[in-house]
Amino acid sequence: MSQGRIGVFICHCGMNIEEMVDTHRVAETLKNYPGVVHAEDYDYMCSEIGQQKIRDAIVEHKLDGVVVAACTPSMHQETFRNAAEEVGLNRYRLEVANIREQVSWVHTDREVATEKAIRLTRAAVEKVRMDDDLTPIAVEHATKCLVVGGGITGIQAAVNVANNGYDVILVEKNPSIGGHMAQLSVTFPTLDCAQCILTPRMVEASRHPRIKLLTYSEVIDVSGYIGNYTVKIRKKPTYVDPDKCNLCNKCAEVCPVSVSEEFNEGLSQRKAIYLPFAQAIPSSYVLDEDACLGVKPLRCGRCQEVCDVGAINYDMAPEIITEKVGAIILATGYDLYDPSNLTEYGGGKYPDVVTSLQFERMVHPSGPMKGDLRRPSDGRPVNRIAFVHCAGSRDPERHKPYCSRICCTYTAKQALLFKKSHSDGEASVFYIDIRTDGKGYEEFAQNIIASQRVRYIRGKVAKIVDEGDHLTVWGADTLSGERVEIDVDLVVLAMAVVPSKGTEEMAKTFHINVDENGFLKEAHPKLRPVETTTAGVFIAGMAQGPKDIPDSVAQGSAAAAKAIEILSQKELTHSPEVATVNEELCSGCGVCTRACPYDAIKVERSGIAVVNEILCSGCGACAAACPTGAIEVKNDRRVQYAAMLAAVLGRDE
Amino acid sequence: MTRTKQVEAEDIIAITGMSMGDIVDKIEELSGQNVFACYQCGMCSAGCPMAEEMDLLPNQVLHALQIQDPEAMTANSMWVCASCYSCQVRCPKGVDLAKVMEAMRQIYLRKQLDHVSLNGLTHREIRRLPQIAIVSSFRKKTG
Repeated sequence: MSQGRIGVFICHCGMNIEEMVDTHRVAETLKNYPGVVHAEDYDYMCSEIGQQKIRDAIVEHKLDGVVVAACTPSMHQETFRNAAEEVGLNRYRLEVANIREQVSWVHTDREVATEKAIRLTRAAVEKVRMDDDLTPIAVEHATKCLVVGGGITGIQAAVNVANNGYDVILVEKNPSIGGHMAQLSVTFPTLDCAQCILTPRMVEASRHPRIKLLTYSEVIDVSGYIGNYTVKIRKKPTYVDPDKCNLCNKCAEVCPVSVSEEFNEGLSQRKAIYLPFAQAIPSSYVLDEDACLGVKPLRCGRCQEVCDVGAINYDMAPEIITEKVGAIILATGYDLYDPSNLTEYGGGKYPDVVTSLQFERMVHPSGPMKGDLRRPSDGRPVNRIAFVHCAGSRDPERHKPYCSRICCTYTAKQALLFKKSHSDGEASVFYIDIRTDGKGYEEFAQNIIASQRVRYIRGKVAKIVDEGDHLTVWGADTLSGERVEIDVDLVVLAMAVVPSKGTEEMAKTFHINVDENGFLKEAHPKLRPVETTTAGVFIAGMAQGPKDIPDSVAQGSAAAAKAIEILSQKELTHSPEVATVNEELCSGCGVCTRACPYDAIKVERSGIAVVNEILCSGCGACAAACPTGAIEVKNDRRVQYAAMLAAVLGRDE
Repeated sequence: MTRTKQVEAEDIIAITGMSMGDIVDKIEELSGQNVFACYQCGMCSAGCPMAEEMDLLPNQVLHALQIQDPEAMTANSMWVCASCYSCQVRCPKGVDLAKVMEAMRQIYLRKQLDHVSLNGLTHREIRRLPQIAIVSSFRKKTG
């Protein structure tokens, strides 16, 4: 409780507040308010001079409570509390009255706004009057980090965290790490072979003594809180011992089942027992139990018969692995938008209308065509090719409203790859705008346009017709105002990118949000791009939104830095402004446990509700729900709110 | 086909009593469409079965409206439009261009301005023209 020595500081925020609020009048009015011994206004309270004014006044007037009327407490409450703490005032006896977002920015009448600012500041004084000294709660924490997703982003994050001396569990749902980058032919704008730059990172992650690699695994349950998460991971059986497998391929030779090969985007077939790709890590064959004729009970068994090294074990069972981690990084990547949604282009229907990722595999030297580009339908060579930008992107009406960011530049790259191997070939690119945002990307694309005789036609394709031995593309050249109809052998759709399958369910598992397009949502679009609203859970890469490899890698490192921020603390502190139970009043009814969104209250055997202070965020839902008034949030008590309401609504004296 | 004289740009104000800015507002009111939502991808023109006959492609009509170019109202495009709605089903921005075209026609039709003069048709033209074309001219005339 304050002994009635409260100081009030009113911020002008330049003209942000001053323009609509007469801050001097607010200060003069508050000077006469009971319990206030000092009040002043200043240009920028958050500046060093402003903070010094608070420190000086605390010392000079022996203040035991401070109110700063300024911007929202989420901006500068910490700044002011730190300043107050430096001169010995308990930090929880400083409160912020929001007179910017809630007053000056939303009102148009200066007189009314000033009156409202006075009332809100008075209310804050009432709160401070009854604030108690509180001490932050210290929490121990785990020092491991969980990284979900073994694409380039997750690999980067895992290696960064591990190199800083912390153990990492890297979880990948596919049988190999590498992600989509492993499928690419070359990367723009340098035309580096994608695998050549990716595989050293994959090896580094798999060999790192501090990284525990869990492939073919998914996180099935998460509980706990920042610094102390408990995660349950389900590892699917591969039925092959990676340490014994010598990659002889005999098992695949005898396997009678063929299914579409994921790594080649369905352009080729693989067996039920297969090697995901040549540089797969772990380097081992995997038995796909969904495709296999059956292991439980065994219905074929031929692969085991031919395996010389005895690597195949049909008794392998799913493993549930439980780990305690201090921080979590989600880098679950992307998928392409389903081309069969684009019916006017014959997506998923015409074999010679392929996606951009399929094209990457088609021109890849070790892809299904060994780099010799041919029509998937009849195997004839491709002499005329059309690329269609924005296939599913920038279409709020029927598909995805956003720009997928990478397509413009990779289409230029793909047109270049085509022209390199087909110097007499005709390449047409249908585009709306060319958005090559990235270092060196604009120069890269313009150079291809200028030097490769690629026809860039500014207009979106309306329809593609499969004429059997060729495809007819209906477009328009909006620059010349002519309709365009061209015959081609192959069409490549620059498909929109979407969050990888299962992202939404995963977000629920980790108690984080997704945005309107299903991408993982960051805590702040500008200033907290890899954080989420759940403390200790970070996001990176394509899972957060469309981005290229360098941006994904940068976010991987950024998320690693944020995770290390937690892992490197001796102990974590938690706000003491949490719920507390008055045992005399508690009837043990349990209403609070249902009201709590954080699972922070339990009714113990004694019949009394007990708050887990570390899980509690101080939201007050329990206090509002409690029928006997037994629960209150520290420094947010009912008596304080009654006094604050009276101060807001009451008449001027 | 004999047509009444094409409307000249300077005639638009005289005929409609409206500036191009007013016309664009009126078109938006009549059609319920936001012509400024168009980002000129050209998909409407790419799929339009009548585009070959138009002075301005469908996407160019919208662009002309956006920049208040009188050509939008002088081009034959609105009269050539068959209201087949190919543009509307494809438009990524949800602009119903067929409705915009209809609104543009209404601007003139409400002025009782003849676009096709039936009396001006020769017997040969009446014999050779598809009936549907003549009937749709009636509709546009009376609409």
